[in-house]
Amino acid sequence: MVLSANDKSNVKSVFGKIGGQADAYGAEALERMFATYPQTKTYFPHFDLAKGSAQVKGHGKKVAAALVEAANNIDDIAGALSKLSDLHAQKLRVDPVNFKLLGQCFLVVVAIHNPSVLTPEVHASLDKFLCAVGTVLTAKYR
Amino acid sequence: MVHWSAEEKQLIASVWGKVSVEECGAEALARLLIVYPWTQRFFSDFGNLSSPTAIIGNPKVRAHGKKVLTSFGDAIKNLDNLKGTYSKLSELHCEKLHVDPENFRLLGDILIIVLATHFTKDFTPACQATWQKLVGVVAHALAHKYH
Repeated sequence: MVLSANDKSNVKSVFGKIGGQADAYGAEALERMFATYPQTKTYFPHFDLAKGSAQVKGHGKKVAAALVEAANNIDDIAGALSKLSDLHAQKLRVDPVNFKLLGQCFLVVVAIHNPSVLTPEVHASLDKFLCAVGTVLTAKYR
Repeated sequence: MVHWSAEEKQLIASVWGKVSVEECGAEALARLLIVYPWTQRFFSDFGNLSSPTAIIGNPKVRAHGKKVLTSFGDAIKNLDNLKGTYSKLSELHCEKLHVDPENFRLLGDILIIVLATHFTKDFTPACQATWQKLVGVVAHALAHKYH
């Protein structure tokens, strides 16, 4: 799966519109993921997952920062997320299936806050981008 | 059998009551064909699917989208017997249409996004969780008779 010039431009434009809200989007995506896919909570036994949790907010910020970094370096996502990729392979070992689940929830959050931005074409580009990020993060698993 | 709490049934009914089956169905199917273009393989007789604009405006896509979402409405009326409700449709999708059940999951995810764009803040996390559960069990019921 390859990101076309159009895809890259769509993704950059979405993140441009999200701007400073990215941190909140990250937190909300995590909140929705825990609610919708309870099995994802198994990776956070050490977290308080109650609504409004500071830990979830903090983690959402990290997730968002990584997505923003990937979007800003969209021509070389593997390079930009190389250290994160190592971390997921060696330490976190989150099963690859879960990246799709978080990706779905991130799309939902974008849809809710920017319904007019998420045209079918932009939806496609963003979905591809999120897949690409997941692929990079699991690339060194074996 | 799937268990539905009173809250889940309420969340399903309240969203469904506000959904335009024709509009949402058309949009969901169009987005499926755009976001996951390999799904176009099942619709070679639909005419022009050459671009997002063509897909969105395609009358066969709109009509089929409406048909699919109307059937979804049957599921909602029969939450306690989804496998029975979809038994014949499941056989059809396996034996005649040869649709990989993964496609039901893809369409379900797309429907969630469509609902999110329409309902925005009213599509709360609890709402999303309930509807993801619903599309998941519908997909499962549609795959149940596969052999």
